[in-house]
Amino acid sequence: MRNLIQLLWKYNFLLLFILLQVFCFYRIIDEQKFHKAAVLNSSNAMVANAMQKVNEVKDYLWLRENNAYLAAENARLKAYDSTLFFDLSTHKSGTVDSAYAIQYQFIVAKVVNNTIHNRNNFITVNKGFANGIEPDMGVISASGAVGVVKDVSEHFSTIQSLLHSKTRASVKLKSGFYGPLTWDGSHPQRATLSEIPANVKVNVGDTVVTTAFSTIFPEGVMVGRVLSVKPGSGGDFLKITVALSTNFSNLSHVYIVTNKFKIEQKTLEAKTDSIDKNGN
Amino acid sequence: MAIEVIKIILRFLLLIAVQVAVLNHIELTGLINPYLYVMALLALPFKMPKGAVMIVALITGFAVGVFTNNAGLHASACVMLAFVRPGVFKLLSPREGYESDTSPSVKHMGLRWYLIYAALLIFVHHATLFYLEVFSFNAFFTTLIRTFLSTCFTLFLIIIVQYLFSKTKTER
Repeated sequence: MRNLIQLLWKYNFLLLFILLQVFCFYRIIDEQKFHKAAVLNSSNAMVANAMQKVNEVKDYLWLRENNAYLAAENARLKAYDSTLFFDLSTHKSGTVDSAYAIQYQFIVAKVVNNTIHNRNNFITVNKGFANGIEPDMGVISASGAVGVVKDVSEHFSTIQSLLHSKTRASVKLKSGFYGPLTWDGSHPQRATLSEIPANVKVNVGDTVVTTAFSTIFPEGVMVGRVLSVKPGSGGDFLKITVALSTNFSNLSHVYIVTNKFKIEQKTLEAKTDSIDKNGN
Repeated sequence: MAIEVIKIILRFLLLIAVQVAVLNHIELTGLINPYLYVMALLALPFKMPKGAVMIVALITGFAVGVFTNNAGLHASACVMLAFVRPGVFKLLSPREGYESDTSPSVKHMGLRWYLIYAALLIFVHHATLFYLEVFSFNAFFTTLIRTFLSTCFTLFLIIIVQYLFSKTKTER
C-alpha cells in the first residue's frame, strides 16, 4: 500500500495530466451531442450578455451591408402584396377562404455571438424559450438558410450553423432532385451537395433551395447557387459545390421558423416507421 | 509578491477579453486563427508549481472556449501545453540555470530563447486544438498547414505585444 502511494506520488504530475485530459475529453464529447442541458455554453445568460455588448459594436461595422440585405428582402416581399395585382376573376362571394391555414411563422431574433472559422460553428441569438423557441427549429436570414436551433435557455438560444461538420440540411435543385448539404470546413461560403445522380444535368448558377422533408425549413428557402459540378468518387453521384447565399460573417438578424404542423407530420411518420419495423 | 499575483491575474483577464472580443472575429483565409491568449500561460513564472500551471491552464482554456461552444477543446489544448512546458524548460535550460524569480519573456531570456520556447509550446497547443477539432487524421495536411500558419501568426502577435508592453527595455 505504501509502495502504491509512493508510486502515485512519484507520477503525480502525469496522473494530474491524465485526469484533466479525461475531463476535457468528456466535455468535448458532451459538446458534440445535440440537446444537452445548457449549463455552460454560449446560450448561458452571463456569456451571452457579454457577447451582446461586443456585438453591438460589431453591428455598426456591417450596418450598410445589412441594410442592403433588408431592402432587397423588402423589395422581394413587396412583389407579393395583393394590392399590386389586378383582380381578373369575375365571381365574387362573401365567404372567407378557409382552404389555407398558416403553417409557418417567423420569430425575429438578433445575433449576439457568431463564429465562422471553427470546424463546428455556432450562432447565439437573443430569443429563448420565453419567446417560444424550441430545439430543432429552422433558422433563416434575409439572404438564405442559416442553421438549426440546438440549445435553448430562457432568453437565448444557440444555433448550429450550416457551417458545422454535423449539419446535414436537406436541399434540392431547381429540377427537383434533392440531397444532403454538408460543410467540409474549408471555406465559410462553400458547401457540398451530394447524392445527386450522375445523369442529372446540373448547370453552374442553378439555385439550390431547402426542402420541407425534415420539417425544419419551409420549402424553397434560398440556400445558394451551384458553383461547380464534378463527378463524385465512384461515379454514380455528382459532387456539387454550392456557393452559400447567406453571408455568415455579418449576420445581424435572423428569423426562427416555427412549423405549426411539425408535430402532426412527425407523429404520423413515427407511426409509419414503427409499423414498418414490426414487419406489417 | 501580491502585486505580482494581481498583475498575472489582470494579464489573464485582459488577454482572454481581447481573444474573445477581437481576435475570435478576425477571419484570415480560414486557415489562420490566432490564439493570443496562450501568451498568458507562457508568461507564468518559472518557479510556479507545474501542477498549479496545469490547473490554471484548464480554467483559462475553459473560459475562452465557453464563448465559442468548444470549452473542452481549448481546455484540452491548454492542459497539453502545461504538460509539455516543464520539458521545454529542461530542453532549453541555459548553462547557469534559470533565475527562479523571473518569468519567461524576451526581456529576461533574450529573443532567441523566447522564440524557440514560444514556438514549441504554441505549436503543441495549436496542433492539439486543430486535430481534436477535426477529430480525425483525414485532412492531415490541411490541418498541419493550418497549425503551422496559425502558430506563426500567434507567435508574431506575441512578440509584438512583448515589445509594445515591456517598459524597461533600457535596462538591458
